[in-house]
Amino acid sequence: MALLEVHNVTMKFGSLVANDDVSFGVEKGSVVGLIGPNGAGKTTLFNCISGFYRPTSGKLLFKGQDVTNLPAYEMARLGAVRTFQVVHPLKEMTVLDNVLVGAFLRGADTDKAHEIARDCIALCHLEDMSGRMAGGLPIGYKKRLEMARALATGPELLMLDEAMAGLTSTEIKAAVEIIKGLQKRGITLLVVEHIMEAIMSVADKIVVLDGGIKIAEGPPQEVVNDERVITAYLGAKFSQRLKAAQGGDPRE
Amino acid sequence: MKNRKRSVDFLWLGLLAFLALLPLIPGLLRSSFTQHVAIQILLYASMAQAWNILGGYCGQVSFGHSVFFGIGAYGAGMAVVKYGMIPWPGAFIGAVLAAAVAVVISYPCFKLKGHYFAIATFAIVEIFNRLFMVWYWVGGALGLDYSFTDQGWTHFVWYESKRGYYFGVLLLFLLVFGVVRWIERNRLGFYLRAVREGQETAESLGVNSAKVKLMAMALSAFLAALCGAFFAQYNYRVDPPMVMSLDMSMKFVLITILGGLGTFYGPLLGAALLIPLQEYSRAFLGGIGGGVDLIIFGLLIIIVVVYQPRGIMGIIDGIRVKAKRSKEGGE
Amino acid sequence: MGTFFQVALDGLFNGLLYAVVAAGLSLIWGVMDVINFAHGEFLMIAMYLSYWLGFIWKIDPLLSSLAGGLFVFLVGALTYKLIISHTIGKSAMSALLATFGLSMLLKNVCLNRFSPNFRLLQGTFLGGKTYNFGGLIVPVPQLAIGLVALLLLTLLYALVKRTRLGWAIQATAMDKEAAELMGINTEKIYLLVFGLGGACVGIAGGLLPSYLAVHPEVGGLFSLIAFVCVAMGGFGSIPGALLASLLIGLVEAFAGFYIAPVFKYVAVFGLYLVVVMVRPRGLFGW
Repeated sequence: MALLEVHNVTMKFGSLVANDDVSFGVEKGSVVGLIGPNGAGKTTLFNCISGFYRPTSGKLLFKGQDVTNLPAYEMARLGAVRTFQVVHPLKEMTVLDNVLVGAFLRGADTDKAHEIARDCIALCHLEDMSGRMAGGLPIGYKKRLEMARALATGPELLMLDEAMAGLTSTEIKAAVEIIKGLQKRGITLLVVEHIMEAIMSVADKIVVLDGGIKIAEGPPQEVVNDERVITAYLGAKFSQRLKAAQGGDPRE
Repeated sequence: MKNRKRSVDFLWLGLLAFLALLPLIPGLLRSSFTQHVAIQILLYASMAQAWNILGGYCGQVSFGHSVFFGIGAYGAGMAVVKYGMIPWPGAFIGAVLAAAVAVVISYPCFKLKGHYFAIATFAIVEIFNRLFMVWYWVGGALGLDYSFTDQGWTHFVWYESKRGYYFGVLLLFLLVFGVVRWIERNRLGFYLRAVREGQETAESLGVNSAKVKLMAMALSAFLAALCGAFFAQYNYRVDPPMVMSLDMSMKFVLITILGGLGTFYGPLLGAALLIPLQEYSRAFLGGIGGGVDLIIFGLLIIIVVVYQPRGIMGIIDGIRVKAKRSKEGGE
Repeated sequence: MGTFFQVALDGLFNGLLYAVVAAGLSLIWGVMDVINFAHGEFLMIAMYLSYWLGFIWKIDPLLSSLAGGLFVFLVGALTYKLIISHTIGKSAMSALLATFGLSMLLKNVCLNRFSPNFRLLQGTFLGGKTYNFGGLIVPVPQLAIGLVALLLLTLLYALVKRTRLGWAIQATAMDKEAAELMGINTEKIYLLVFGLGGACVGIAGGLLPSYLAVHPEVGGLFSLIAFVCVAMGGFGSIPGALLASLLIGLVEAFAGFYIAPVFKYVAVFGLYLVVVMVRPRGLFGW
């Protein structure tokens, strides 16, 4: 049994079908990447899983429990916590206070919460910023704050929505290191990412969405060579050229 | 971080000690008028702080708090006037009722956004005001007038000196500010501010924002009602326009805004500025016609909202930051 | 049956008066997302202006209403310049709170200068006249205000929907930044909208002293009822505000007559609560 099971999830907004019959599983302890071109329905699927939307049809199981209709805060309490693609800092609160909000999920004890918060702040390299107002942080720090805050809730499944979009390559490297650290701590990760390279190095499995439909699922190396994935990302013409080039490569 | 917290606590305890010893200092608070001003400051500070839980910390600006204030006032008034009892159980029942009413009305109202919510709270004040005007069981438009009873803490009434009321309101102040001090340091305080800053984010972190808002509302209404009960005891009477009116509602809001929304000392500072202004201008500027206090108040509100939305606390913070910078620059 | 129609007629007249107050408010709300709490006090100012012009120089309210419109247009524009423009971009409540401060200021300046006495203008052209339509008594001042209200609403609606200026106003309401990129001076639009909103209540307020007494508290209830009309009508919709105002006027009149006078406002505000619970964006909102 996987930690998170997505069964035939469909999400419609009126006549627009954002997710069509998507199914996949996230194994405990793994890092799963959810990728796809813009408008593929990644964030919508993410919102369904994290309880911000109720799927039109289909079923979601978390730890074997049916969580299809649970609100977001119940999902978080069960241990499935998300971050936002567009950062949502609690602006008029300090970085420490932001992370404390997450830390209080596992108990009302203030000292304990402070301990957890300091730990998560350190893990995301935010120590120097802990007294600053979250609204005034540079974007890279805001992204890490999102992560630290979610981490403080003590999640079993952490869902990162484009945590690396808009970051510089050094910042991406730092983010990848953090993700690896989280995996070592036994946290399962579901990562939505538009940038494929970043996710390739850390993911155990990749799920690819295009036009709301799952078009591929498998280990990263398999997925990048999947013709439909290449077509989705680069267009049909380029995919053929690429194949021709690969076929003619003497080193293959 | 730890150090800062301790020094703030010191300030709070020092303030309490000062307020408790105030009547014992000879010369100060000698005249009954000065005592009246001091009592009013502490009462309005407590009211504003009760409102601040919901409006300041949780960010849900309600213009309906005079309803809860009024229910508390009527609780005490009914106990004393209708049933000839001591006011304490009435005040308590009034506060519980106010919290219940608050939850019942806010549950649907919290679904409304922005101005729609604000107007709904105005509408509720008007409805309660009119209904209490014609509700003869609670005295209708005439209200409830206290008759003479024994003085002292049991009846919470004093006739000769206001000193009893001073200590009474100090207890109320201690309760309301103490509750907020506690909330600020604990989980609920963080959750309140998280809901204010971003409901969606708070929910993603496991905060049940609807429940948090209702808790803030109930607590805020409960404490506002206790203030109302004190108000009735202090004035020896209750009637609808006195306690349940838009003007009374706005006092909760405006004092807090003036002092600093969502800050611990804001409500006290706001009341400490406004109440003396009101009482002294009424007493000494009465000669140039009525309403002078409210003219100044109106001007103050405009100036604060336009130029210093963080109120007096914002000004103090500004000065502190400047002082710190110049100190660091000097070293 | 005769009473029924009489009550309905009185209700409609009141509703039309509310509609003028609400129309200006609705325009301001729709374009700037601001609640002007001092809107009722704008009405009061115009009433005092008209009263004193009539009392001192014997100018009839019919003429004073123009002066009222002009004067309150200026008051509105000044309010925007000095107060509202500084609250744009701050929290949604700041304009409401600042205009509440303004309403306190205006109300108490009038209280201080003119005392809390009720003042009614005697011997005006319209005052006290009535028509009798087969038993139905039509008071002339109310009728005049009703007609002026319809005229003003039509003009306002035509201005917003049919003129270039109106398109600029609509564009500003939809997206301020985009409107600026298209070369619209949104600052000027805001100023004008606030002035126009003021002018509407100014004209109505100028007519009022022929049948409604002026006193410092007269505006408060108008503000509240106009808020309800605007919110029920759906923000920014002038026809919506008109329909909601007529409905409110009728409900007020019937509840006042058939239940008890104190219940008229219970009914009005109760109706608001019921409507927004069912349709959180008002009757005609989206």
